[in-house]
Amino acid sequence: MAIITYREALNQALREEMSRDDRVFLMGEEVAVYNGAYKVSKGLLEEFGEMRVVDTPITELGFAGVGVGAAMVGLRPIVEFMTWNFALLALDQVVNAAAKMLYMSGGQYPMPIVFRGPNGAALQLSAQHSQAWESWLAHIPGLKVVTPGTPYDAKGLLKAAIRDDNPVIMLEGEMLYNTKGEVPAEDYIVPIGKADLKREGEHCSIITNGKMVLVAMNAADQLAKEGIRVDVVDLRTVRPMDVAAITASVRKTNRAVVLEEGWELAGIGAQVVDYIQRECFDDLDAPVVRVHQADVPMPYAKAIEKAAKPDLAKTIAAVKKVMYLG
Amino acid sequence: MASKKKADGKGLPGDAALRKELLHSMLLQRRFEEKVGEAYALGKIGGFCHLYIGQEAVSTGIISMLRPDDYVITTYRDHGQALVRGMTPRSIMAELFGRIDGCSRGKGGSMHLFDRNTNFLGGHGIVGGHVPVAAGVGFAIKYRGGDQVIVCFMGESVVNTGAFHEALNMAALWKLPCIFVIENNKYGMGTAVERAAAIKDLSRRADAYDGMDGEHVDGQDVFAVREAMERALEIARRGPKPVLLEVRTYRYMGHSMSDAVSGTYRTKAELDEYLKRDPINLLKARMLEAGDIDESDVAAMEQEIKTLCQDAWDFADASPEPPLEALYEDVLVDTTS
Ligand SMILES: Cc1ncc(C[n+]2csc(CCOP(=O)(O)OP(=O)(O)O)c2C)c(N)n1
Ligand SMILES: [Mg+2]
Repeated sequence: MAIITYREALNQALREEMSRDDRVFLMGEEVAVYNGAYKVSKGLLEEFGEMRVVDTPITELGFAGVGVGAAMVGLRPIVEFMTWNFALLALDQVVNAAAKMLYMSGGQYPMPIVFRGPNGAALQLSAQHSQAWESWLAHIPGLKVVTPGTPYDAKGLLKAAIRDDNPVIMLEGEMLYNTKGEVPAEDYIVPIGKADLKREGEHCSIITNGKMVLVAMNAADQLAKEGIRVDVVDLRTVRPMDVAAITASVRKTNRAVVLEEGWELAGIGAQVVDYIQRECFDDLDAPVVRVHQADVPMPYAKAIEKAAKPDLAKTIAAVKKVMYLG
Repeated sequence: MASKKKADGKGLPGDAALRKELLHSMLLQRRFEEKVGEAYALGKIGGFCHLYIGQEAVSTGIISMLRPDDYVITTYRDHGQALVRGMTPRSIMAELFGRIDGCSRGKGGSMHLFDRNTNFLGGHGIVGGHVPVAAGVGFAIKYRGGDQVIVCFMGESVVNTGAFHEALNMAALWKLPCIFVIENNKYGMGTAVERAAAIKDLSRRADAYDGMDGEHVDGQDVFAVREAMERALEIARRGPKPVLLEVRTYRYMGHSMSDAVSGTYRTKAELDEYLKRDPINLLKARMLEAGDIDESDVAAMEQEIKTLCQDAWDFADASPEPPLEALYEDVLVDTTS
């Protein structure tokens, strides 16, 4: 299998799906001439022309709505947000239009649209540019929300999202675009709603998603050196959530750490813990521990930014805590 | 600093002292930001960092006309305006370095310079987001019966956002003392203005609102900017009424530190053409020609500014990082005691 970057994997998914279905088009800020703010759409303008790779003004609410309208009458838009921080301006269209159109119309108007772009903190971008929106979007019935953590999942989930007849939110990791992984040459999709057991262990489950998958894998490597073998359950999709994958792992290990990039209150982890207490109450040997961002807006200064973020050390400490190892 | 233009026999507006101040103000921004570029390359500054180089006549022309009790609000491209408004190079550099003595205590960084002392209401990171905020400041001024104005700087891409239109409509409807300054530097990141805006003369956006004046002005000529600002102030302060000013300028650096200066969306030749109208060189040349200053004055000014910028760097470098407790401070005002 070829080793490619997360960015290239997304680019391949876009190219393949646009070739496969001429109703699919890409729209967003800097996606065409500039090849994408993060170069995800590199070369697509050249290949598909300006009707299908559309540069927009900086008008998130407006072009998200254009996507919704186009989807209502049969096109299959992919709306790229330069980052999800800016997509906040478009939430009315995402939440009040795209997510409810099928329901409000009594099933008459499906909404085959993908809203995608980088999510979460990069480095020192401070409060307005460093936010993970999983739990906000996962809250909304009528949406599907995927958060790939590897190039393989990025390509497979994006292809699945484009083929899906529902609005799918794809949260990419700003810090993941350069990461590499194996991606097969042949056509494949990763089914939406299916978690992936990225590492098998027996002592504890780390349940996570998105960019934090890498952190969990690193933690698993470190812990293995101390003889602690963990399951890493990559949710991949946070709505709908693969509850069976969570409970299967926790029933085996009897201990769980839930790791997420965003804030604690009403976070993704809160929902995971709820599933665990409902389904695995009698299996638990320790209270579940959550790892997440500090409950503050992201600061700019380096050291306190680091202190605010969930990371390897905090994850390892959490695993040790649920294992009563000090 | 506000002054009526008066011919002084040398064909330049204002008096010699004022002209020297203007040159100093623009040169300080330029040299300060060159230092910022250096510090960024050394990793002393991180994150997004947008330089203002090429646009200095806008900040200097506009802000030099304001009173201390007026207000200024702007975007992430905020170093130049902060300096002209009188924030110290030290407090700005320390903020960029992410240090406790920074104007925002190291919490904000390059995009979020704030200073209560000079009514500098911040650099804001979301395109368009601060324009309604400016209307709100205008509302408060009117509410309190004051005669201040708020100047709201924005890039030209902002005129296409919903927030811009919503804000201008309310400002016109309620006759708020807001001066909306569009810094048209021709590009929003890599998108040329004509590829994003369905209107050529951006100042005409004012036409959509009854009673709102709009004009455009050459942003490389600090005197022209000041004259336009004088007219705008007359309307906004006396009116009170909002005004829309489109200042036509150019940015000489990439959009941010991670964007190439030229090559992708603009050519080197285009950049070179605009470099011929460097606002600092234009002013300097006119002053030299008029005999306002000579080369030794310029050299002395350069030296003084160099020292000032180095001092800012040294100060920032010596300032400590915010302590860990600072992470949890300023999330909310403490109402428990
Ligand atoms: C709502 C929103 N969308 C996208 C961005 C990303 N972005 C930051 S600056 C910028 C270009 C803005 O250009 P302009 O308004 O012309 O200001 P300039 O950078 O030229 O000063 C973009 C797209 C953002 N910050 N906010
Ligand atoms: Mg611009």
